[in-house]
Amino acid sequence: MKYIDEFRDGELARSLASAIAREADTGRRYNLMEFCGGHTHAISRYGLSDLLPPNVNMIHGPGCPVCVLPIGRIDNAIALAARPGLILCTYADTMRVPASKGTSLLKAKARGADIRMIYSSADAVRIAQENPGRDVVFFAIGFETTTPPTAVAITQAMTLGLTNFSVFCNHVLTPSAISNILESKEVRELGTVPLDGFIGPAHVSTVIGSQPYEYFAEEYRRPVVIAGFEPLDVMQAILMLVRQLNEGRAEVENEFTRAVTREGNTKAKALVAEVFELRRSFEWRGLGEVPYSALRIKAKYAAFDAEARYGITYQSVPDNKACECGAILRGVKKPADCKVFGTVCTPENPIGSCMVSSEGACAAHYTYGRFKDVPVVTAPAATAAA
Amino acid sequence: MCLAIPARVVDLPEAGVALVDVGGVQKRISLALVDGVACGDYVIVHVGYALARLDPDEAQRTLESFAAADLSAPGAA
Repeated sequence: MKYIDEFRDGELARSLASAIAREADTGRRYNLMEFCGGHTHAISRYGLSDLLPPNVNMIHGPGCPVCVLPIGRIDNAIALAARPGLILCTYADTMRVPASKGTSLLKAKARGADIRMIYSSADAVRIAQENPGRDVVFFAIGFETTTPPTAVAITQAMTLGLTNFSVFCNHVLTPSAISNILESKEVRELGTVPLDGFIGPAHVSTVIGSQPYEYFAEEYRRPVVIAGFEPLDVMQAILMLVRQLNEGRAEVENEFTRAVTREGNTKAKALVAEVFELRRSFEWRGLGEVPYSALRIKAKYAAFDAEARYGITYQSVPDNKACECGAILRGVKKPADCKVFGTVCTPENPIGSCMVSSEGACAAHYTYGRFKDVPVVTAPAATAAA
Repeated sequence: MCLAIPARVVDLPEAGVALVDVGGVQKRISLALVDGVACGDYVIVHVGYALARLDPDEAQRTLESFAAADLSAPGAA
């Protein structure tokens, strides 16, 4: 497929790898965080970390919306779905996220709740049109990519005069999460998470542009390279970060120029600003309460706000004690450091959210990398012959 | 979740709607978030919406920069 296959070429990947190996200074370490789950997935799927020299270390970031959605919000969605007659529409990603008391949206659906997995927010609007006698709620999650489509759905519902459609808004913001990590104790005081630079989001940046990251480069002196989600994009971004760090630069560079500009998508941004406003605070799994890190629906569109309509109150719920998702999302631990990884917690039976989405650090490592952690055992010759 | 794929616009059946083709699979998507899309353009598709138009010249430049990486390295022969 055009614009996909060319960016997965193995030979070019190896030549980028040799350039990285040659240019990376063996006297120092390069600790680079890929913010997005899309990058985490590409790194695991294509084995990119195996192409890197040992002193270039990739740290997984919290950019997986399914992973950072706290349990309490899933509980809210399950409670909504339990209302008689209500149809809950959701992206399929949320279905298997473990909620309180061993439940999930998938289990709620099995028990008879009318939960529909949809591809697009437009499908939720269509379902509301087709079911005028029933309330339809769209469980909206995601970063700046899914937010404009939700805004379109709300304005469309208003134009259509729908009175049975509302949105349970859980949209979160990328720059606030990056700030939170840079301000965290582990990065600033303890130094347990050495962080030299960031690979910046691909598709989030098509919407918000490269401009919002300039603050991190200037204020925190950390280089940021915005990169596409294909393996060559990631390798090139690593090379660009190595060069910046070698030259002592901390700038925002854009590897994904084929889709990202400095301003981003001004039409989408205007629409988001029209429909949403900042929440004072929002809980993220792993990061805790993060100020001004999420959006809520403006009063003008209150008729489409499920939180107002159904009086939803949020209650924080602690994660399973054995689960290390929190530390993994902050870059403090790796999936294999978790005791339940690959034993009790698997993609089929996830305990923590990082094992749910294919972009989650645990699911990516489980699917593509878990056998790397297992030492190779060769049977002694005598036994083999017996 | 933020997964999006480049798709070629093959038809504009009505205002604000495009028919796109990805490896032979066709799908109707919304153009509510981008203006000025023409047939033959590549757009980045995410949850049924075009998020951005793909710039073919920039794509070409990026591919060339991959090929040049090994040669342009300081100290490379």
